[in-house]
Amino acid sequence: MLTKRIIPCLDVKDGRVVKGVNFVNLRDAGDPVECGEIYSREGADELVFLDITATSDSRNTVADMVRRVAERVFIPFTVGGGIRTAEDMKAILREGADKISVNSAALNRPELIKEGADHFGRQCIVVAIDARKRRQHRDGSQFENGEKWKSEDGWTVFRSGGRIDTGTDAIEWAERTCDLGAGELLVTSMDCDGTKAGYDIDLTRTISERTGVPIIASGGAGTKEHFYDVLTDGKADAALAASLFHYRELSIEEVKTYLKERGIPVRS
Amino acid sequence: MNNIAVIDYDAGNIRSVLNALKNLGQSAILTGDRSEILSAERVILPGVGSFGDAMSKLENYGLIDVIHDVCDSGTPLLGICLGQQLLFDSSEESPGVKGLGIIRGTCTRIPDGTNEDGTVRKIPQIGWNDLSYPQTGSGCEGRLFKGVSEHSYVYFVHSYCVVPDDRSVIKATTQYGITVAASVEQGNVFACQFHPEKSSDTGQKILENFLTIPKLSIKEAGL
Repeated sequence: MLTKRIIPCLDVKDGRVVKGVNFVNLRDAGDPVECGEIYSREGADELVFLDITATSDSRNTVADMVRRVAERVFIPFTVGGGIRTAEDMKAILREGADKISVNSAALNRPELIKEGADHFGRQCIVVAIDARKRRQHRDGSQFENGEKWKSEDGWTVFRSGGRIDTGTDAIEWAERTCDLGAGELLVTSMDCDGTKAGYDIDLTRTISERTGVPIIASGGAGTKEHFYDVLTDGKADAALAASLFHYRELSIEEVKTYLKERGIPVRS
Repeated sequence: MNNIAVIDYDAGNIRSVLNALKNLGQSAILTGDRSEILSAERVILPGVGSFGDAMSKLENYGLIDVIHDVCDSGTPLLGICLGQQLLFDSSEESPGVKGLGIIRGTCTRIPDGTNEDGTVRKIPQIGWNDLSYPQTGSGCEGRLFKGVSEHSYVYFVHSYCVVPDDRSVIKATTQYGITVAASVEQGNVFACQFHPEKSSDTGQKILENFLTIPKLSIKEAGL
């Protein structure tokens, strides 16, 4: 039976893992290869490397990192951050990455998704969507005093690392990216990210039900139960977390053991 | 003599296959050259993309006859992912396109439907799924799976699966709404629908097993 996937995400800047990975036995907490190897040994099903280097001359650094990771890590991995053209995608895939993830560039120019899917197959095109609950009603009217967000208010998509609200509806954008050729969606809840209070179950479930591709849920993991909730009620196919794993608050093994005991298929 | 030849026909990401072989201490060359392929001790046919595109590339590079010659000579051949599907006669993905026809049968799309838990089956299948061995106890177990326990997990990315005329060539299966032929073996021709090069220790063991398969004598190959 196809298993649910647990995916650690590593932020990388200038070819180095930022925020480090706080593991004993790790010689260099900033080395993406070593971090990738240790997560692979611990049972990660995939890895995501997110390049947050702000400069445009980071292309070669990223390609070099991908090459070194692919030489030593034998599980699938995705690389995202700053990918703007099909040429950028090719440079990363040819060094051994399995998938590339696009976010702002796809919002600026949605055809990029189609170009990627046509050239490399949709299975390697992941569209990352940063979504936040609307702060006003869909029709633009303000919430009355004390009025709370309801699911029919929906979510909007942010770009540029969550700095700019595009006003685009997240569910409609998710559907459109799939029509264009997205093979998977990496859905981050900006409301939940960093809170450790759980994933946005409504958001992942709605997108999962409205699209036919696998959904990777991101943002908000704090406990084992949160993984269970998003993989069941949230209808996610995979769950991603970063600092929770890096700082050893939970291990991948603990999460998987918990899920397995509750009847969720996981790779052991 | 080159140890392993990985057939080069612009088939997408083959770097990972080369890396996995290197990790096993093997030197592999990526080549589309007839004599280099035919002199190798083992040959790997990778593949990502569509059936029709891949077949027309193999044809343009003059590799169809070369692959048939590899099989006829008894040299162990391993098809990976689309490389497994190409070994068959045809595929629903590209109607009218002739496959390599080395193993009799066709390729069909994973059918739409619902999974065991009531959720809609997503296509492609992307992720880790476990292996079952239909030939267990028959004396015809898959040689790639020696020392790999049943229900080990491997990594799949595919929308189509092979349907051999002779079911006995299927050495490993996985469940995805239907029973998917995860691996086939016919003589010295081997193939996997999953990606051993991305399947962690299990995948490395499967590749290692392939590297120990001896060449068949011409007589055996002709059988």
